[in-house]
Amino acid sequence: MSSALLIVQTLNGLQLGILLFLIAAGLTLVFGVMDFINLAHGVQYMIGAYLIAMFSAWTGSFWAGLALTLPVALAVGLLLEVTIFRRLYGRSHLDQVLATFGLILFLNQLVKTIWGAAPLSVPMPDVLSGSVRLMDGLLYPVYRIALIGLGLTTALLLYVLINKTRVGMLVRAGASNAPMVSALGVDIGRLFMIVFGFGAMLAGFAGAMVAPILSVEPGMGDNLLILTFVVIVIGGIGSIRGAFIAALLVGLIDTLGRAFGPHLLRLMLDAASANQAGRSLAPMLIYILMAAVLFFRPSGLFPVKR
Amino acid sequence: MSQQQALPATTLAPASAAAWRVSFVALLFVALALLPIAAKLGAEGYILNLVTRALIFAIAAISLDLILGHGALVSFGHAAYLGIGSYAVGILASHGVEEVLLQIPVAIGAGALFALATGAVSLRTSGVYYIMSTLAFGQMLYFFAVSLSAYGGDDGLTLPGRSTILGMPLLKADTTFYYVVLALLGATYVLTLRITRSRFGRVLNGIRENPARMKAIGFEPFTYQLAACIIAGATCALAGVLLANQTGFVSPAYMTWQRSGELLVMVILGGIGSLWGAIIGALSFLLLEEVLSLITEQWKLILGPFLVLVALGGYGGIAGLADTLRNKLVRRGQP
Amino acid sequence: MKRYMLALATVSALALSAVGAHAQDKLKIGLIVTLSGPSAVLGGQVRDGFNLAVKTLGGKLGGVETEVVVADDELKPDVAVTKVKGLLERDQVNFVVGPVFSNVLQAIHKPVTDSSAFLISPNAGTSNFAGKQCNPNFFVTSYQNDQVHEVLGKYAQDKGFKKVFLMAPNYQAGKDSLAGFKRHFKGEVLDEVYTPLGQLDFSAELAKIAAAKPDAFFTFMPGGMGVNLVKQYRQAGLANIPFLSAFTTDESTLPAQKDDAVGFLGGANWAPNTDNPQNKAFVAAYEAAYGAVPGTYAMQAYDAALLIDSAIKATGGKVGDKDAVRAALKKANFTSLRGAFKFGNNNYPIQDFVLVKVAKRADGKFQTEVVETVFKDYVDVYAKECPLN
Repeated sequence: MSSALLIVQTLNGLQLGILLFLIAAGLTLVFGVMDFINLAHGVQYMIGAYLIAMFSAWTGSFWAGLALTLPVALAVGLLLEVTIFRRLYGRSHLDQVLATFGLILFLNQLVKTIWGAAPLSVPMPDVLSGSVRLMDGLLYPVYRIALIGLGLTTALLLYVLINKTRVGMLVRAGASNAPMVSALGVDIGRLFMIVFGFGAMLAGFAGAMVAPILSVEPGMGDNLLILTFVVIVIGGIGSIRGAFIAALLVGLIDTLGRAFGPHLLRLMLDAASANQAGRSLAPMLIYILMAAVLFFRPSGLFPVKR
Repeated sequence: MSQQQALPATTLAPASAAAWRVSFVALLFVALALLPIAAKLGAEGYILNLVTRALIFAIAAISLDLILGHGALVSFGHAAYLGIGSYAVGILASHGVEEVLLQIPVAIGAGALFALATGAVSLRTSGVYYIMSTLAFGQMLYFFAVSLSAYGGDDGLTLPGRSTILGMPLLKADTTFYYVVLALLGATYVLTLRITRSRFGRVLNGIRENPARMKAIGFEPFTYQLAACIIAGATCALAGVLLANQTGFVSPAYMTWQRSGELLVMVILGGIGSLWGAIIGALSFLLLEEVLSLITEQWKLILGPFLVLVALGGYGGIAGLADTLRNKLVRRGQP
Repeated sequence: MKRYMLALATVSALALSAVGAHAQDKLKIGLIVTLSGPSAVLGGQVRDGFNLAVKTLGGKLGGVETEVVVADDELKPDVAVTKVKGLLERDQVNFVVGPVFSNVLQAIHKPVTDSSAFLISPNAGTSNFAGKQCNPNFFVTSYQNDQVHEVLGKYAQDKGFKKVFLMAPNYQAGKDSLAGFKRHFKGEVLDEVYTPLGQLDFSAELAKIAAAKPDAFFTFMPGGMGVNLVKQYRQAGLANIPFLSAFTTDESTLPAQKDDAVGFLGGANWAPNTDNPQNKAFVAAYEAAYGAVPGTYAMQAYDAALLIDSAIKATGGKVGDKDAVRAALKKANFTSLRGAFKFGNNNYPIQDFVLVKVAKRADGKFQTEVVETVFKDYVDVYAKECPLN
């Protein structure tokens, strides 16, 4: 096991974690502030990817495409908020599950109707293509490093936004006691709309950023949605800090488990059964992690105090 | 999390509401019992197959409604029990045991055991954390099934034929199989109804509404909820046995999280807590899916908004809507 | 109560509307393929290829008016069984053509072959139905699943690659794929990596490949997984290691992979530039009708229609004479788009397999092109276990 490999895998894990964080941040806020289960959050990630595929093809530039994608993703989020989600705040979680499940069916089919079922691709921006040499025998794609950097910057901005601004203060207050915030004269409806639109845009942003390395296809948000739920539950619902740490944890454990699980098992088992067990265990690891975290901390790692 | 229940409207005299419901459920079962005769006029095997499948999912939905509607335990891993039941059939059959009277106890036992083990962990949490921990166990079982290469792994396992009863191939005919499934659905409905009306059921409902008070008067929520999970798991495993027999095939695809989500949607669509709502939910979801897909390839563009509208309506699913409508009618009829 | 009666009436009306017994004045074909989810593009190719053939033959197969009913299996085996029952009993089809995926085939094989219809698979060809469980009412116009992987293994062996790195998704078809590759490859396998099905990001595995420095890399990553892998393989700077694959760089994924896949090698029984007049006409017609380059899925579906056409023709339009139709199907008396085609004892094709390479055409579209023939008149290894003759 070379150290170069370990470094690469750690970077890969970080990158998956960052991606999960971008999606989870919006979801955990919507959940924490509005007590709203939004299964359609993964669809917003998919919409971001489709939008950039369309806009970058139109404009011929990734960056121009991104500049168009963000406001449109925001607009889609706000449209959904105004037409559907607004009516579901304060309702039973089960109604929310039913409505957002229906939305997943609808939007997954809609993108297929508009853009076709075949996967689309988004060309990588020239500035960020190619690989850099991190050390001897260790090439790493520039784009992925940029992705990590961008994700960390976003996390930092979010931290400042939530902890140092007035809106952030209201969001934090809303996460722990929404009726009280409302009673103090804050327009809670508008606060909800802002949080929702912002969350949708972040998910769309994540979708747009991964479009050059992943294929853009219908249903691409569904499995990621589940991973995102794992993240916010491990982190503690409503906690941005929890989501950040849990996202990195899930990203690292998933990636490193897949890469090194069989090797670790070989210390205990013979090669064949270690391979077999490693293959079976690798996809389960994050779920085992989640079950274990919830066993010892039933409200996640960083529960928001209520 | 706040589990607001879509409780039936209380303006009716309880006796008349109950009588109405009993007559409706009776009517439903009579219609289902007559269906094979009507089916003879048309594409018999197809209609029977479609409705049999819906009835099997109705059994699974009832089992979910027991813990969801009465225990406020939203399981997002309930499809795992469908998988357990069907793999019990598949694995036993691949070793030559095709006797359904052996397969069912094994399936039920395995389902109960899985519910016991996972429930003991999941029930430490509540609300969304509970939902996600059930998902976690469901996913673990799914990936385990995928890695079972001795039993087909991801490709699944074809059964040699329907299970036998006392060594005789009694389930072979589609019509017989249909009636067996219908009878089991009836039995499941009646038994689950009795459970919810028993002292146990009332304690369970009490825990849903106020766990602290129930604890204070001496009912340990954990024990009752765990018992409910075990009953639900065992019942759903029975549905799994039937599903394997209906399709003649066993596959990890039966226990994906999407399938668990569909089960939840069936129960919510039908209306939680009433049990017959679960039957209606499963029937309408699966029949709607089939009928819409005959009309257009883009059927999800219709089904999706339909579900959204049902949720926005906020009547508590089809069962709740029916109660509301009936109350209006009754009130209008009064002088 | 009225409400309920209405609902009940609706349900029973739906049930009755499903009544579909018609006199056998025309040929009905049920097409069951995956049209939902990310794999819908493959099912779409099968549907389009088949419909194109029916259209080209003037809406008639074997001179009999033909109706095609399309059903979506949603890639769920239990859904597929219900849909197939619908095709057989509601629509009373004479042939079921499908499916795309092996797990769906396992589920629908018995219901169809036990019925009065024939099952013709335009893609999935599992080993069990090629061997001991072969069935006189089941025909395959594609290949036995292992064969395409064997092409790459044979090529790697012939080419003298010493060390290879293998990767496939962690499911049955993935395991079969690597087993198929190793059947003819006798060199050293540095590592066999299995990834979770549906994995999006291969950076962990690519780092392993870079560290292992193999002579060649073989993989089986269908659909969106293949799109991701190819892009990331290129981005990771590994393209100097020969990329051998099956179902990873084909016409269904090339529109997304584009230049990233150029030069990558695959195995197939045909390519869009296969040089014969019938194929030239087919590719041109397909591109004109659907605006995309056809892949093997479309070709095999087209051939399935030609096969049915030949059999109905041979029986003089006697659709209902099952024994005559079966005997005529077995003869495979049609001009396949791939060239020579005949059935083995197990009703799987005996055909040539070629090495193909991804190329960019003059019009800017991408397609696979034939490099060399690897197997001639190749019979799958399971055929000898099949009791049919």
